[in-house]
Amino acid sequence: MSFPKVNAVIVGAGAGGGIVAKELALAGLSVVLLERGDWARYDEHNDDELQSQRTPALGNPFGPDDRRHRRVFVYPNGSTRIVLPSEGAYSNNAGCIGGGTVSYGAMAWRFMPQDFRLRSTYGEVKDSTLEDWPISYDDLEPFYEKAEYEIGVAGDYTNNPFCGPRKKPFPMPAFPYNKEGRRIVETATRMGLHPFPIPMLRNSVPYNGRPACIHMRSCVGFACPVNAKAGTHNTVLPIALATGNCQLRTGCVAAEIIVDDRGHARGVRYFDSDNRAQEQPADLVMISASATETARLLLNSKSKLFPNGAGNNNDWVGHNLQGHCYVGAFGLIEEEVYEEAGPGATVGISDFNHGNPGLVGGGMLANEFIDLPYRFCDVRPPGEPRWGKAHKDFQRRYYKHVVRLIGPVQEIPNFSARVSVDPAVKDAWGIPVCRLSGTRHPYDLQGGEFLSKKAEAIIKETGATRVWRNGPSLWLSGGQHQAGTCRMGNDPKTSVTNRFGQVHQIDNLFIADGSLHVTNGGFNPVLTIMALAYWVSDYIKTGWKGSKFR
Amino acid sequence: MSQDLIVGIAGANGDGVSRRTVLKLVAVVALGAAVGVGASAGITHWGRTAPPPYRFFSEAEAKLLIAICEQIIPRDDTSGATDAGVIYYIDRQISGPLARHQQSYRLGLASFRKTCLQVYKTPFEELAFEQQTDALRLIEEGNAPNDLWGDPSQKAFFDLVLDHTRQGFYGSPRHGGNRDYASYRMLGLAYPNLIGQNRYANGRPI
Repeated sequence: MSFPKVNAVIVGAGAGGGIVAKELALAGLSVVLLERGDWARYDEHNDDELQSQRTPALGNPFGPDDRRHRRVFVYPNGSTRIVLPSEGAYSNNAGCIGGGTVSYGAMAWRFMPQDFRLRSTYGEVKDSTLEDWPISYDDLEPFYEKAEYEIGVAGDYTNNPFCGPRKKPFPMPAFPYNKEGRRIVETATRMGLHPFPIPMLRNSVPYNGRPACIHMRSCVGFACPVNAKAGTHNTVLPIALATGNCQLRTGCVAAEIIVDDRGHARGVRYFDSDNRAQEQPADLVMISASATETARLLLNSKSKLFPNGAGNNNDWVGHNLQGHCYVGAFGLIEEEVYEEAGPGATVGISDFNHGNPGLVGGGMLANEFIDLPYRFCDVRPPGEPRWGKAHKDFQRRYYKHVVRLIGPVQEIPNFSARVSVDPAVKDAWGIPVCRLSGTRHPYDLQGGEFLSKKAEAIIKETGATRVWRNGPSLWLSGGQHQAGTCRMGNDPKTSVTNRFGQVHQIDNLFIADGSLHVTNGGFNPVLTIMALAYWVSDYIKTGWKGSKFR
Repeated sequence: MSQDLIVGIAGANGDGVSRRTVLKLVAVVALGAAVGVGASAGITHWGRTAPPPYRFFSEAEAKLLIAICEQIIPRDDTSGATDAGVIYYIDRQISGPLARHQQSYRLGLASFRKTCLQVYKTPFEELAFEQQTDALRLIEEGNAPNDLWGDPSQKAFFDLVLDHTRQGFYGSPRHGGNRDYASYRMLGLAYPNLIGQNRYANGRPI
């Protein structure tokens, strides 16, 4: 069945789609927002580590489910395996209203000015698709600020000399350091570094009608029981719905962007919560489904002018899949540094994001979120027994005695790391699934070695008695920080959208999510995804004329 | 009869019925006790009564798996895998969300049994604790006779049991393991993790 036409249909109610829905609905456009998941409720999974989005041993609490979804993973040796959403190789983000912003750790980093022009800062890297963004930090600055104020960020950059210029301070004061954080701050300061409180999309004081954080140890990977953690589900989406201009349809799985023979997007074909095929016609189509699912949807949308998928005539859709390789160092320490105050990550160090001699890029370091007991089983120095009495002894002796510094390495884009569509395997609705293949760029090993050694040097200075590093690997990137598969650019031959997220050659088809990222920074990417969603929305609102775009 | 009802509750919880539903059922049981229907057993664990039957494992498979899990997390001055009910966690989950591993358990346990009979001429459960440790290490490292193993391989089977034992020991008690919060007590973690139970007030440590 087909619904009446609306101005805009948006696929995905996560970090990007939630913001676009609010911006367009407030501007007076009629909006239908399609989301495959539903509202996430704290009560259903509470503080259960086995149903945390971080360790989903018994399935993803915030979706998608293992029953109806699957992907194909291609190993470096060419063998393939069908993987389920709760398995690591699936590269899941989340599938619920708010997307990853319901259960994330909520670090609110702006990328640095250099992150938008890596190629011109550092030059070419062999066998990579390293490129500058078509927009600058200055272009995005007002939209970073909007995200910080509308979603809500607590922070203080007094001691961070490396961040880009900002016009306004953070809307909320920073969170205090925890015990582990204080130890790292003392040490790093002594070493001439510049530690500062991690900016967080989490209320340090009551803000926007929601209360302050109550510091659950189960925070990252979980929903917040008091809504102190800010996502699109508890900030912009309620505003969008209150306008009366935005209809949210849950349990809806997009199958195809309808593109007519003249190359215009006409709407979206999807399956509703009763698995019935539906069509939603619209003046413009916005895809905000995450770097993996957005690419899949475009590739599954074949039409006369785009026989290889929407916007894919130059074969760039799905390539350059990035995420973050996390590296760092751990140390065992005499002092009990564990504090029953979640989420645990409190201190950031940005000294190593850029300006590292002989290295392209770098990365941020932060102390780690609280590891719950099951996850802690893998926090071990090399060679430590995995089981038996030695395992128990380690758990008992060190659970509250670990100092950790880890961080995301800025990845070098690799054309062969990609999302394609599997020729044979389909999901429960008969839609061809994502096929993930390739590896990280070999250069990332250099970045990872560098950053983990910097972390190791700091941890050694904290007084830890036994210190070990977690180094990099070439394993295909993606996961929660997935990005890069529909990069923006000025040259249609080497990008998928223009600088406003508008797909080349299909002027009423837009993208607003991590897919647009040309490079993915040495930081958690969510605030950049949010800022881009405001940036793309602003462009649409400015050019909107009645029922047509431009 | 009341015991059946209690077993039913635990099962429903593990199958994904919400905690609220379970609390309602518990309330019904409590009411039953109050009006003298005869519900006298504790409702937080199996108490003194016989443990429930297994959903997937045969008695012989369960006996072997219990011994393997106890090697992975042995009892010393604190509880081990057997005390914590890890076998019930695994049995329940591979009858539910982890059903994809059923075949691995069935075939893997059979290969494991054959391995011990061939190498030690004795069933694993009857070996001395130190010999069990050696046998398990042999399999962990892939050094047992390979002709006794197919899919899963010996290493893959060990890794599977290792992971599920950890889950059962350290996960939420609502899935059948971590009985009496054994692992949380061992680590000195407060439980239940009450909302608002923390050392902060107004954003400052107190």
